[in-house]
Amino acid sequence: MNSAKYVLGKALRMISLLIALCLVSFILVKNSPIDPVQAYIGADMMRVSEEQRELIAENWGLDKPPIEQFFSWAGAIVQGDFGTSMIYREPVIEVIGQRFAASLALMGVAWVLSGIFGFLMGIIAGMNRGKLIDRAIKWYCLTLAATPTFWLGLILLIIFAVWLGWFPIGMGVPVGVLSEHVSISEKLYHLILPALTLSIVGVANIALHTRQKLLDVLESDYVLFARANGESGLGLVWQHGVRNIALPAVTLQFASFSELFGGSVLAEQVFSYPGLGQATVSAGLRGDVPLLLGIVLISAIFVFSGNLIGDIICSVVDPRIKEDRSSV
Amino acid sequence: MNIKNNISNLQHSNLSEQSQYLSGTSRNDLLVVENLSVSFIQYQSGMKQRNLEVICDLNVNVRSGEVVAIVGSSGSGKSLLAHAILGILPSNAKVSGTMIYNGQALTGERQKAIRGSEISLIPQSVNYLDPLMKVGEQVQNTIKTKDAKVRQQQIFQRYQLSKAAGILYPFQLSGGMARRVLVATAVSGGAKLIIADEPTPGLHPEVVAETLSHLKELADQGCGVLMITHDIEAAMKIADRIAVFYAGTTVEVAPIEDFTNTGEALRHPYTKALWKALPENDFTPIPGFQPTPADLPSGCLFEPRCQLRTAACGAGKPEMAELRGGQVRCIHAT
Repeated sequence: MNSAKYVLGKALRMISLLIALCLVSFILVKNSPIDPVQAYIGADMMRVSEEQRELIAENWGLDKPPIEQFFSWAGAIVQGDFGTSMIYREPVIEVIGQRFAASLALMGVAWVLSGIFGFLMGIIAGMNRGKLIDRAIKWYCLTLAATPTFWLGLILLIIFAVWLGWFPIGMGVPVGVLSEHVSISEKLYHLILPALTLSIVGVANIALHTRQKLLDVLESDYVLFARANGESGLGLVWQHGVRNIALPAVTLQFASFSELFGGSVLAEQVFSYPGLGQATVSAGLRGDVPLLLGIVLISAIFVFSGNLIGDIICSVVDPRIKEDRSSV
Repeated sequence: MNIKNNISNLQHSNLSEQSQYLSGTSRNDLLVVENLSVSFIQYQSGMKQRNLEVICDLNVNVRSGEVVAIVGSSGSGKSLLAHAILGILPSNAKVSGTMIYNGQALTGERQKAIRGSEISLIPQSVNYLDPLMKVGEQVQNTIKTKDAKVRQQQIFQRYQLSKAAGILYPFQLSGGMARRVLVATAVSGGAKLIIADEPTPGLHPEVVAETLSHLKELADQGCGVLMITHDIEAAMKIADRIAVFYAGTTVEVAPIEDFTNTGEALRHPYTKALWKALPENDFTPIPGFQPTPADLPSGCLFEPRCQLRTAACGAGKPEMAELRGGQVRCIHAT
């Protein structure tokens, strides 16, 4: 009964979010300088007459009032029809599907690495408060938190791809090889540098958060009592520290999907990595409205799912929240 | 054999030295605290530092089988005494003075080795339990032997805690259950000295009575119990001796029998005033308030509020002196 209520509440929240998002993005696009007809015709602009353009506009319903336009677009979206991408000349949903798979590998690797290393760095810093290692980690994290992803990507590219030649300069696969001949290892090889860029930046948040949480826990009454009971050192941090900081860290890491996605847009652009981020940039620059709106919706669902998963994990694992829900 | 002899000789000579050095203590003292001071370095505006002395020249001793209560008003730093004995003060605290446990100096290393086993703490509230760990597991954590689980269940049984209580989280415990779990945690390591820090804060009278009876029972079984509290009535129910804590130090240690009638058997003016201020006695307060650690009087700490004060009182801190089977820190005490 309570779980049903919970699921229903979350679903309602998601639907209202998506409706609001559709409305806002539609208004923004409608008021943007993008002319969908021009974007559709592209370079053939000179060869298409004014009358033909008007015919296209009429065919698309661009002469109708905006509200009507919105409902016809939203109606199509509800039926799963996101339209056709003008750049790729393929259904939007297919473009997003392919791109998302590539991005998912990139973001997944970056997410796992930044989560693990950030958490460990936070614990090491928190345990050695005020010492050299703590100051070094803090300095590193604060510097990184202030570092733009694209800049870090460029630096890594210059050092590891150009100077040292260890990694390819860009792209998701080697140049001049048919896609069916590309091996997994080659794909991974192209993935390393962009994934590294993303995870290096992602470490800062989780490390600083974990450090602070651990400091709070170490100053808590229950750690004082654990010490009074003879616990100390690593055992104490493992028993009481990790237990109490793991949950917020996991929640934070799931809530960081938005930053992850934002970072991947920049990293993919720098590394010409054919993921969703790069598609977003091209869709924006070249006025591919259907693709842009599709990506906005899909990325919103992606970020929402991240938060939702964090929430669910918290409520399943944390006995206090579990109790709270079952007693409500 | 030889080595053994040497060691016992050594211990013996140590002991006699200590009993010479320490006043008013006897062989069967489990814990002796002499001239204990705890201070913190505090940063003031700018780069100025000052030493904030929260406990100064505190004396107290606990024998096996007795309950000694340290009574003082809330927020006067009594808990720090417990933390100092256990060696769990924050790292910016400075401790001086002598602490002797079971005839040997209680050094940092020794504290580390025996806290949780020989010396244990009963904390104030359920907040001292890890919120995300089942209470049974927490009790098992303090038992160092292999049969921790069995021992934990035995101890739970002894304190009328069901098996099912072991798999509860701290937030699921009722007030009375929480008290019993805290006591169970403290005794699970087989402690000889138990320090109860404010064990009856704002509890239901029945729970207070139960908690006190647990402490008394532990003393009857041969443990030394040091109970730190602001609740003089609770202390009177079970304590053998009461040490009165004022402005960071003990002003008097008196046997429980002295707390009767109008308190004429009591030694220190503050103890007498405290006694008379109780609702069931005169209910008469004295003016003024306890000085904070930041601005302590230079002489006797009670001098500004004392009716017996003379010029000599402001001249220097009085030493702890033996008087009529108790100890007192007052030059006018008779």
